[in-house]
Amino acid sequence: MRWLTIPLALALGAAALAQSDVEGFEDPAQNERYRDFLHTLRCPQCTNQSVAESPGGTADDIKRLVRERMAAGQTDAEIRAYLVSRYGDVISYRPPFKPSTWLLWLAPALLLAGGGFVFARILRTRMQQPLDEDLDS
Amino acid sequence: MKQWRYLVPIAVFAVLAAVFLVNLRMGRSVPESPMIGQPAPEFSLPSLRDPSTMVGTHDIADQFYLLNIWAFWCEVCHYEHPFLLELARSGVPIYGLNWKDERDEALSLIDTRGDPFVWSAIDEHGVAVIDYGVSGAPETFLIGPDRTILAKHTGELTPESWEAKFVPLIEAHRAGG
Amino acid sequence: MIPELGQFALVLALCLALVQAALPLAGSFAGRPDWMALARPAAAGQFVFVAFAYGILAYAFLTDDFTVLFVASNSHSALPTAYKFAAVWGGHEGSLLLWMLVLSTWTLAVAFGSRNQPADFSSRVIGVLGIVSVGILLFTLVTSNPFDRIPGAIEGRDLNPALQDPSMVVHPPTLYLGYVGTAVPFAFAVAALLAGRLDKDWARWARPWTIVAWLLLTAGIAFGAWWAYYEFGWGGWWVWDPVENASFLPWLMTTALIHSLAVTERRGIFKSWTVLLAIAAFTLSLLGTFLVRSGILDSVHSFASDPTRGLFILGLLGVISGGALVLYAVRASSLEAEGGFRLVSRESFLLANNILLVIATILILLGTLYPLFIEAFRATDVSVGEPYFNLVFLIPMLPLAALLGLGMHAAWQKMSMGALLARLRWLVPIALILAIVYPLVAYGATSVMTVVGVGTGVWVVLTSLIEPVSRMLDSRSVRLTRAQWGMFAAHLGVGLFIVGATVTSGFDAEREVPMRIGESAEIEGYEFELLDLRTIEGPNFTAEEGEFELRRDGELVATLRPQDRVYRVRTAQMTEAAIDGNLFRDVFVSLGADLGAGSWSVKLHYKPMIRFVWIGCAVMAFGGLLAATDRRYREPARERAKSRSAVGKPAGQGAR
Repeated sequence: MRWLTIPLALALGAAALAQSDVEGFEDPAQNERYRDFLHTLRCPQCTNQSVAESPGGTADDIKRLVRERMAAGQTDAEIRAYLVSRYGDVISYRPPFKPSTWLLWLAPALLLAGGGFVFARILRTRMQQPLDEDLDS
Repeated sequence: MKQWRYLVPIAVFAVLAAVFLVNLRMGRSVPESPMIGQPAPEFSLPSLRDPSTMVGTHDIADQFYLLNIWAFWCEVCHYEHPFLLELARSGVPIYGLNWKDERDEALSLIDTRGDPFVWSAIDEHGVAVIDYGVSGAPETFLIGPDRTILAKHTGELTPESWEAKFVPLIEAHRAGG
Repeated sequence: MIPELGQFALVLALCLALVQAALPLAGSFAGRPDWMALARPAAAGQFVFVAFAYGILAYAFLTDDFTVLFVASNSHSALPTAYKFAAVWGGHEGSLLLWMLVLSTWTLAVAFGSRNQPADFSSRVIGVLGIVSVGILLFTLVTSNPFDRIPGAIEGRDLNPALQDPSMVVHPPTLYLGYVGTAVPFAFAVAALLAGRLDKDWARWARPWTIVAWLLLTAGIAFGAWWAYYEFGWGGWWVWDPVENASFLPWLMTTALIHSLAVTERRGIFKSWTVLLAIAAFTLSLLGTFLVRSGILDSVHSFASDPTRGLFILGLLGVISGGALVLYAVRASSLEAEGGFRLVSRESFLLANNILLVIATILILLGTLYPLFIEAFRATDVSVGEPYFNLVFLIPMLPLAALLGLGMHAAWQKMSMGALLARLRWLVPIALILAIVYPLVAYGATSVMTVVGVGTGVWVVLTSLIEPVSRMLDSRSVRLTRAQWGMFAAHLGVGLFIVGATVTSGFDAEREVPMRIGESAEIEGYEFELLDLRTIEGPNFTAEEGEFELRRDGELVATLRPQDRVYRVRTAQMTEAAIDGNLFRDVFVSLGADLGAGSWSVKLHYKPMIRFVWIGCAVMAFGGLLAATDRRYREPARERAKSRSAVGKPAGQGAR
């Protein structure tokens, strides 16, 4: 009967939200978590807008779903995983870490390392070159 | 040879240009839904005709059927409607998910122009719609007797797309057993 | 009849551009002064015809000539006049004509500003600009002719409502001036490669042009961000949208270029690197043009897509950038020069600056193009958005901001670390204390990110101010040159920007609540009461307007009237936010959706210190203006030698 737990939790969560036309949470901290999370989801209907910015339709339904699940105690990661299972990786503005995106996530470290290496090499060359004695431009 | 590093910029440029060329040639594609091959999510929602009763996947037998997401406000759904009627008349079971609609307007569409649906469920808040990974209307899912989603069509379901996308899957599934 | 004149003018401009592209370049190699002398007149003539064509299109808009397809698609008789004028760049074809006008303006300016330069050099520069002109003019005439005619429409389709805003008059021209302006250092770089040599004079000529293009690009991007901020009503001002990135990438490269030019001008080194940066900056500009108009990327900002256009621009890129890069591969090694410096030196800091800026550019380019790569290689689609860019951009930028404070004060060639840190180390604890205390006091919260961000920003502000302030206080010290003022001002702008951006993203708040008349909602201590909802008729729209009273601690602060507009012609819906702002915070309200039964969903935003973002950009641009107009760029070489010997050698520290 494990499959019942999520629908049950949702039903309880929805009841806790009561009249769920409230488009957010009363508690500022919870609301901030909610709004920040919406900014990381891509609206499936729009050309490159987040769910937070999108004016209606699918976005409204997703907002409601996120609210209910947050009220039911799900974590950001769980909610994201659910939406990704339904819409694919495209719905998350934070790309996943899988072989096809390794380059994206490893790039900063690799580039910094590469940059440091380049800096050291150029500096070493220049340090062995003479300074300009009568430098005045 | 020290000169090789001056070739790096043009090499990088060439790779980028090649990728762009490929993308231009390919054109925009609709990403494939991750729901294909998954079991069709269950739902239980108020019926459009009689909101006091619930309808849902529990009412659907193990068979080939279409699940169509539609609404009165969706212009393309109106264009798709005649072909859905044709399919229904030829024996294809079609179940409807009416999404974010005004009930009287939705009813007006199927009452005046014919009802291709075995039943339509009202999904006011898109609960089932999201569960199926739907981003807009119309969208149509083909579900098989093993209750898995075999295919999904985004946009107007035309005779051509029916023939090209759904029919082969039905026949393959039947042949495979 | 008149629109055909416009098309004809473009054809004439193309002919002149061909002359401008071919003959001066050929003349510079063949030693033909008469061919080289054609550069300036050809550039002037091309400008005249392009300006004329542009004027014809503007005239067509202002006279509601709906027999011109472009006018019919982007205008309407009820459109306010200012927007009819701006509608010229409201769509692809017209904006391309603006691109062309800006390019010929820059070319004309370079043609006249280069009269003191050797003929073979200046004719090559103008010739390269001519090649670019030929490419763009061909592109316009073949695929994107704004003068195409239709039998005649009774009325136009109206300008896209999102563009009907005062910022539409300012943002695109400024942005294009900056964007297209990167063609000038590009032309300088190619001319240097063709000659196989460049010297400090080359850098001195190139630098002011680059700085002016940079400051216009800074202003253009800032206008765009500001416009998005108040227009869309969701409080965001930068979301790393592909089109935004397309303008930011040339900015990063041009910033690196300015700093690299400083080293080349002073020491005559980093020459091939500077040339490569100049090529890269313009390449990224062209790439931006490509991305925005080919339909290859999803963006709310993109023009209507057309793969044929995409192919053409890709071809342009191949010829112009590809050609320049091939030339680079062949010739760049002849530009290498000796010139030593030590670990603690201005050169060293500028080298680090360049490396970090290049890393930032690659990271943003990678993130923007990644969905394309993935599509091309047929893996599952991913979306790369704010979460990625916000994180990844900081990785090279925070070290850069920290080093910036030191680099401004480093001497050329070598310096002792102790001497460098002597005055500056006292600023570190000040910055740290301010970074911890101020947010706690002002916003009641703190975090590692905000301390790091605000601390870095304050550090940059303090290190930018310390030299000008101490020189002002000490009457005996040598006066700063205008270029030095410019440098400190620009970096001050950067510091202000960092502080603003950190505070606004760390401490902002947003809420979405359903409201009825008479109800109130609160955000961060600001109370909004909805007094009234009424319908308003505008010149070409109908709107629902809400009247809100904004109060804090019971005192009335302002009355705000956000609107939800429906434009009659395109039946598009736009929301207009209402903002109350002062230096330290913006508070604003916008109408979301009509929930029925007299209830509307209302969005409330609190954005602390957002104005520092705009002010920071303005100060940056102003600093650029100061630096570009320094005396040494305005005097011919002889005068410079005289004035320098009169003043005497300036103190070892300080910028040049």
